[in-house]
Formats: sequence, structure tokens, C-alpha cells
Amino acid sequence: MNLWVLVVATIAGCYLLKLAGYLLPERVLERSHVRRMVELLPVALLAALVVVEAIGAQRRIDLDGARLAGFGVGAVAVWRRAPFLVVVVTAAVVAAVVRAVFG
Amino acid sequence: MSDAITRSGVVRDSLGVGIAVGAYGFAFGASSVAAGLSVVQSCLLSLLAFTGGTQFAVVGVVAGGGGMAAALASGLLLGARNTLYAMRLSPLLRVRGARRLLAALGTIDESTAMAVAQPSPPAARTAFWWTFGAVFGFWNFTTLLGALVGSLVDPATIGLDAVVPAAFLALLAPRLRAGVTEVRVAVGGAVIAAALIPFTPPGVPVLTACAALLLAGRVRAS
Repeated sequence: MNLWVLVVATIAGCYLLKLAGYLLPERVLERSHVRRMVELLPVALLAALVVVEAIGAQRRIDLDGARLAGFGVGAVAVWRRAPFLVVVVTAAVVAAVVRAVFG
Repeated sequence: MSDAITRSGVVRDSLGVGIAVGAYGFAFGASSVAAGLSVVQSCLLSLLAFTGGTQFAVVGVVAGGGGMAAALASGLLLGARNTLYAMRLSPLLRVRGARRLLAALGTIDESTAMAVAQPSPPAARTAFWWTFGAVFGFWNFTTLLGALVGSLVDPATIGLDAVVPAAFLALLAPRLRAGVTEVRVAVGGAVIAAALIPFTPPGVPVLTACAALLLAGRVRAS
């Protein structure tokens, strides 16, 4: 895969999606089902990304103890409504320590 | 409360958001070079795509060995929420010309959330521009730092493989608290993705998870 093509296409696509919101007429938003779908799309995608990043490894399920421990503690922090910075740092520290100790 | 006090509070909150996002930027830079992107490519994504979820989604597919179409499609579908944010911000910011082009770049989760939470349009504008500036500064600085460190150290050694799913969960959590339809769609998306991991190329499980939106459609019809 040519990574430059991917990088440029991602940049162009992301920017145009943002700009489109400033150019589209407001009445597009009034179609409630359009708005609802765009609101729900990231819910489905983010949930899928959580799963893939937590237990996936290319084309197989990989239950890595250190990664799951870090993610688990991070998930508890999210549930306790900890600040984003706390979630990120605790997940990293727990995963790194578990990996260092248990190899 | 005087305008000056409101303003300084908004500015302080904006900087706080920027610092928090900075830690995530470090994880992005390191994950990105680990996936095979160069330091320059990683930094360009942070400078010009400037939308964290999409950037992680794209490099995640690359790391898994997935194809270009799957990487781009999952990234752009995730980025489509920024269109909605821009439509919400447009009447608040009332920007034209070059400022509109710049505002578009800064239209992300954090700047939108900070702007729409303000009591008045002037405060919303202050919150938007300060949050954009703070997040942009920290996100790009830490992306560079993460990319340089990631070139030397395996990101897994410093636990960054656990940061990525935890951060996605942190982005998802406020949406889950919004209602039962959100929870249904999230569970559906998670189950679809988990079921497909062993059977489809990387990137496809995340794309197919969009089918979970049908669960929301059924609810509406009943």
C-alpha cells in the first residue's frame, strides 16, 4: 500500500468533511433521521474500535494479559468518570508494568 | 460574573483539555510509526487531518495489515461526525473567508463540546478558538514526540497498546450515557466487530459494525 496516498486522502477527506458543515444549508440538519444517523455512526464505530484494539491482532483474537489489564483499569477509570489524562496514563502504566513483570 | 472572569475560566478549561489530549497525541505518534508510517507522515496527519479518532482508526488498519480502502473508509466514516459539529458551530462562530477555512480545521470533539457548553455566543467563540489552539498545540507537539520515541522503543513496552482501546472507550462513554439506543447500537457494533475479527481482513470488522445502526432504525419503527 502506498502510505502517502492514504495520508493525503485521509487529510483531504477529513478536511472536506469538516468544511462541508459550514457550507451545507441548515435545513439538512432539520431532517431528524439524517442527524440521528450521523450521531449514531460514531457510537457503532467507536464500540467496534474498542473491541478490535482490545482483543484483535490482525486476523485473530489475541487475549494479551498486559494489554487487557491496562485496558481494564482504563475502562474502570472511564466508568468512574476520571479525566481523559488519567484514563490514558493509568492504562499505559498498568499495561507496561504487567508486561515488565510477567513478560 | 464579569466577562473577564468568565473568559479566564474558559481559557483555563481550554488549556486543561489541551494537556489531556496531549497524552493521547503521544500514543498516536508512537502507534503511527509502529504501524509503518514515517515521522513526517504521522505529523502531517496530526497537523492537517487533525481528528484523533480517525487518525487512530486509519493507522490501526495499517498496523493490522489491512487495505487502503478499509483504512480510508473507517477513518472517514468516523470523521463524518465533524460535519455535524460544523453545522452546529456555524451559526455560533459566524465565520467567513479565511477564518472559516481555519475554523473548519479546528472543528473537532473537544472544541465543539467546549463551545456549545458556553452560555453566550461570545463565550462560545472564545471557547472554540482557545480549545482549538490548545489542542492543536499539544496534539501536534506530542505527536512528534511520540513518533520520535516510537521510532526507538516498541510502543507495547510503554503500554501504549492498552491506551488505544481505553481512549476509544473514553470517547464512546459520554455517548453511551445519552440513551438506551446508543447502548444498543454500541453493543451491536462491538459484537459484530468481535465476531468478524478472525474471518475478515483488518478494517472490515469496524466498517461492518455500522450495520448496528439498523438496531436504532428498528426501535424507531416500533
